Amino acid sequence: MTHNLIANTISLSGHGGDEIEAYLAQPTDVGKVGSIVVIHHMPGYDEDTKEICRRFAAHGYNALMPNLYSREAPGASPDDAAAAVRAAGGVPDDRLVGDVDAAMQRLKSLPDSNGKVASLGHCSGGRQSFLAGCRLPLDAVIDCYGAFVTLDTPAELPFRFKAVVGEAPNLSAPLLGLFGADDQNPTTEQVADLDRALNEAGKEHEFHTYEGAGHAFFWVSRPSYRPETAKEAWAVIFDFLGRTIS
Amino acid sequence: MCTYQTERISLRGSAKARQGWIKVTDATVYFDHPVHFPAGHALMIDVINPSMGPEARVALELDPASARALADAIILTLDQAPAALLAEFAAS
Repeated sequence: MTHNLIANTISLSGHGGDEIEAYLAQPTDVGKVGSIVVIHHMPGYDEDTKEICRRFAAHGYNALMPNLYSREAPGASPDDAAAAVRAAGGVPDDRLVGDVDAAMQRLKSLPDSNGKVASLGHCSGGRQSFLAGCRLPLDAVIDCYGAFVTLDTPAELPFRFKAVVGEAPNLSAPLLGLFGADDQNPTTEQVADLDRALNEAGKEHEFHTYEGAGHAFFWVSRPSYRPETAKEAWAVIFDFLGRTIS
Repeated sequence: MCTYQTERISLRGSAKARQGWIKVTDATVYFDHPVHFPAGHALMIDVINPSMGPEARVALELDPASARALADAIILTLDQAPAALLAEFAAS
């Protein structure tokens, strides 16, 4: 079944006490619920990612997405904000973790919260979701084709993101990884490296790699969208959340 | 994929953005997910003036062949421009 919901833009005290924008979607016809911090992809705090928040609410979860670009581009359209943040060098990892932490705390404080919170991100957000899971006490972590989890960004690029696979021993919660077999970033070899690191660290995880799908197979408004794969993977997500934060 | 690849340059010029003509000071060039062009990835160009805020931006999303043709056309045009007309920029 799907639930009634409300969705609003709220203000959130993020990393360093900065007031940032966030998008909160909540079911209105359920009791205590689990929650998800949705980490938007590099193209920004956009309509498609807000729709993902509403989808979680329709399935009976609170979902909160901090606008990671609030500081650089308050009130700007998502594409302008993404361009401004790209030009400025990207979102620092520590700030990202602080913003996810703030979102997690806000979700736990909601009257209908059951106290359990997951993180989810696609693309750059997949890496950030993994990172958040290694640094915050989450109850579930979902990484959808996150790049540069097992590799540093190339030295010639202005973005200097370090591989975060080394933090795997600190992963606080079960990890669900969803990947496309045709993806070049992460490649299936990089996914295997992450799988190996998690096994060595003794961390519970579940990976699904879909044939015939590449990067961004969830992204409904792009040519990379793979409807059958996305439908199957959404079912995997809801099954995972049912086991971890419901 | 989110490539993170970004080339950034300083420049001098003007561009017509949503607020009208503006002075532009920088450009970023990258190959990543487009917002509007119907492809998984595109050659992206943002001509910007960060001091005027995020909306001081003219954006292009091009397929690779188009981007190369544009780059070639720019170089060809400059190569063919009379030297006397380029002289005013010689000292700048």
